[in-house]
Amino acid sequence: MPPRLALDNISKSYPTVRANDGVSLAVQPGEIHAVLGENGAGKSTLMKIIYGVVRPDSGTVRWDGRPVQIDSPAQARALGLGMVFQHFSLFDTLTVAENIALGLPGDTDIHALEQRIADTVDQYGLELEPRRHVHTLSVGERQRVEIVRALLGKPRLLILDEPTSVLTPQAVHRLFDILRQLAGEGCSILYISHKLDEIRSLCHTCTVMRAGRVTGECDPRLETEAGLSRLMIGAELPVVERTSREAGDVVLRVSGLDLPRAHPFATPLRDISFELRAGEILGVAGVSGNGQQELMAALSGEDTRCAAGSIRIDGEPAGRRSAAWRRGRGLAFVPEERLGRGAVPELSLARNVLLSHQGEATVRRGFVREGAVRALAAGIIGRFRVKAPGPLALAGSLSGGNLQKYIVGREVVRHPRLLLVAQPTWGVDVGAAAQIRGELLALRDEGCAILLISEELDELFEISDRLIVIAKGRVSPPVPIGEAQRERIGQWMSGLWPGAEAQAGLAEPEAAHA
Amino acid sequence: MLELVPRAQPSRLMSWLSPVLAVILTAACGAVMFAAVGKSPLEGLAVFFLEPIGSLRGWSEIGVKVAPLLLVSVGLALCFRANIFNIGAEGQLVLGSIVAGAVILHFDDGSGGGGPWMIALALLAGAVGGAFWAAIVAWLRDRYNANEILVSLMLVYVAELLLSYLVHGVMRDPDGFGFPQSRLFDDGFLLPVWPGTRLHLGVVLALAASLLAWVLLARMFAGFRLTVGGLAPLAARYAGFSSRRALWGCLLLSGALAGVAGACEIMGPIGQLTPSVSPGYGFAAIIVAFVGRLHPVGVVFSSFVMALFYIGGELSQTRMGMPNAITGIFQGILLFALLACDVLIHKRFRWRLGAASTVRADGP
Repeated sequence: MPPRLALDNISKSYPTVRANDGVSLAVQPGEIHAVLGENGAGKSTLMKIIYGVVRPDSGTVRWDGRPVQIDSPAQARALGLGMVFQHFSLFDTLTVAENIALGLPGDTDIHALEQRIADTVDQYGLELEPRRHVHTLSVGERQRVEIVRALLGKPRLLILDEPTSVLTPQAVHRLFDILRQLAGEGCSILYISHKLDEIRSLCHTCTVMRAGRVTGECDPRLETEAGLSRLMIGAELPVVERTSREAGDVVLRVSGLDLPRAHPFATPLRDISFELRAGEILGVAGVSGNGQQELMAALSGEDTRCAAGSIRIDGEPAGRRSAAWRRGRGLAFVPEERLGRGAVPELSLARNVLLSHQGEATVRRGFVREGAVRALAAGIIGRFRVKAPGPLALAGSLSGGNLQKYIVGREVVRHPRLLLVAQPTWGVDVGAAAQIRGELLALRDEGCAILLISEELDELFEISDRLIVIAKGRVSPPVPIGEAQRERIGQWMSGLWPGAEAQAGLAEPEAAHA
Repeated sequence: MLELVPRAQPSRLMSWLSPVLAVILTAACGAVMFAAVGKSPLEGLAVFFLEPIGSLRGWSEIGVKVAPLLLVSVGLALCFRANIFNIGAEGQLVLGSIVAGAVILHFDDGSGGGGPWMIALALLAGAVGGAFWAAIVAWLRDRYNANEILVSLMLVYVAELLLSYLVHGVMRDPDGFGFPQSRLFDDGFLLPVWPGTRLHLGVVLALAASLLAWVLLARMFAGFRLTVGGLAPLAARYAGFSSRRALWGCLLLSGALAGVAGACEIMGPIGQLTPSVSPGYGFAAIIVAFVGRLHPVGVVFSSFVMALFYIGGELSQTRMGMPNAITGIFQGILLFALLACDVLIHKRFRWRLGAASTVRADGP
């Protein structure tokens, strides 16, 4: 039997980068085939080629042994390809069935469609109501809408692009069960990821990519993580050393922080309380969209609507203070959006220093000290090994990972007393991620209080001293890292921690007043 | 179906050259227009573009127009960079002339008073008047989140009617046979001029304003705050820059500069308050600011081009009997050509057969 899908010598170049260079792979019927690689290794481009979004410069694609040219996603679907993208394209104000109908011909009968959706949902145990509005769904449920959408096309090959980045560990298990069932029915699955443990537990075959090329093909069930990592990054996964140390005085105290939503799709914060001490890293776990962004904005001073006393920095009420005032008290902040928030893409790296360095060293009598600012920028570029031509390069010309290193570096060199970091290693390669984590630990050892918000549980377990979980705008009680178990944290990520119901019950009457 | 798709790498050279291209295209369209009304295109262009710069008098007249255009457009360039769309500089200019005129009429008793201090006071009064008019816009935006484009534009008509009311009423010259205009100001209240021409001090003030604005933007932290606020509002909030401060600062500054321009007009070429103190300088300056790439030095060149249009328009009325709308037409074509050039520098046309798909096939 010929492979369901065979790629032979696929190449694709963009003006500045060779995204795919002679890539070949074959997916058998009923096989779960992993494509493993770091960010920027060329996985996404390859998937876009398979799905007809991008046309390759050279190479052939075979479907059931026959050469095909896939010019559009519609043609790909007609062949029997389905794709679940990393970022969902759903309309919040429509129901599940209506969203799915949007991708189908205009004369689709919505009631018949609801029935088909219900059948598919039952068949795979997906648990999804076709008539619910999308804005009421959790992120995991939204992903299931995308999966159902793909399954209705009766695909013979399903592509999933980093599907677990938005899921709790429990939701990941359920997704894997569904995928195994699908594969058992003969559907082939292409599974794109950079998470080694997932690939080892789920996939039958693994194609590893690095810098646009295939660096190996193996059976991941027989490989160690170290072996896969060598194929992926050309080296062992770097390990960050962490020593335990006593935490100092409370630097940040959040008590009873309530914040109504700023726009209809924001998450309101409810009765959030925690303490952050000097010399410790407090990790905040949670599925994205559960109030992380709102919490960060309230703490950084970008959102100054909360009660003054609900946030105290070194004991001083700070809830209504501006970002500039808090920065003056030693706060530093690495936001999750790099472009347009953490940095201005149209300005040089040197100029971008001024977003957070606004003291005597960089600004004197209203004038920018150009020399000092450039020296600072050059220092950050050197110390954090940012790949950039120099301090005058535009921030927007850097790759996401490099800009991330630059922004983290810019905040670290301020020697803050209190550092807020959101997703510090998103889109950063493994080596740089280890370096960033190392710098955060070094800062902690100097006595800095660090609040780390991350969706990567591994990262949180690696460097946090204590963990809290955020779900639906509330936070769980803190757990020392030594006592934290993945399964339990995963449960808490859906809002089910001990006492959570009492918390919710107490807050309800207030909500009714508001 | 024809569609516009973004270019992967817009040419930097072309985006610098875009204003030059726009001027060339405007001239080409002008030639067609001259031909369409039965005039010789070459002669028309020569009268419009070359004759004004063929004599010292022509240059000085251009300078007279550059002064208000440059003063206003420097302020507008700062505003637009901060994403504050002050469209009502014309009204601020009018208010500047009203307040400056009121101060002069108060002190000028026809006995030869005035002098440098009095001139400085009148200019300052003009700045205060313009800033006050812009402050109304800032306040409505800050307090009630009113759209500054609409508010500033509508205040233009209020200002013009106010001026008309005053020169028909309390500011009318008692010995002026009932004409709606003020007394002619005494020489001691007029700006010094270049001997033998009408070129006045205003052009020096305008050049100084452009230089100071350049220093502000390129060297000062306040200029950086303003730039970030315009380019990336979220980054400005992240950095702790106050958007209210930027709103008030930009509007007050651009209002003051427009007010000074108004004061210069009545203390220079006009010499009194009349119902119409500006042939639309406040609106033309919007085009000047964009053609000058919102750069304080760039607007020096674009205000020169715009002044040329004014003089060329006047000349082609008197020499060739063209209608007086010609200046406005040239201004319009220039803005249109500039916008078209910018679009084509950042995007390109693509011919697409069949039904349009929503999925773009370019970019990683």
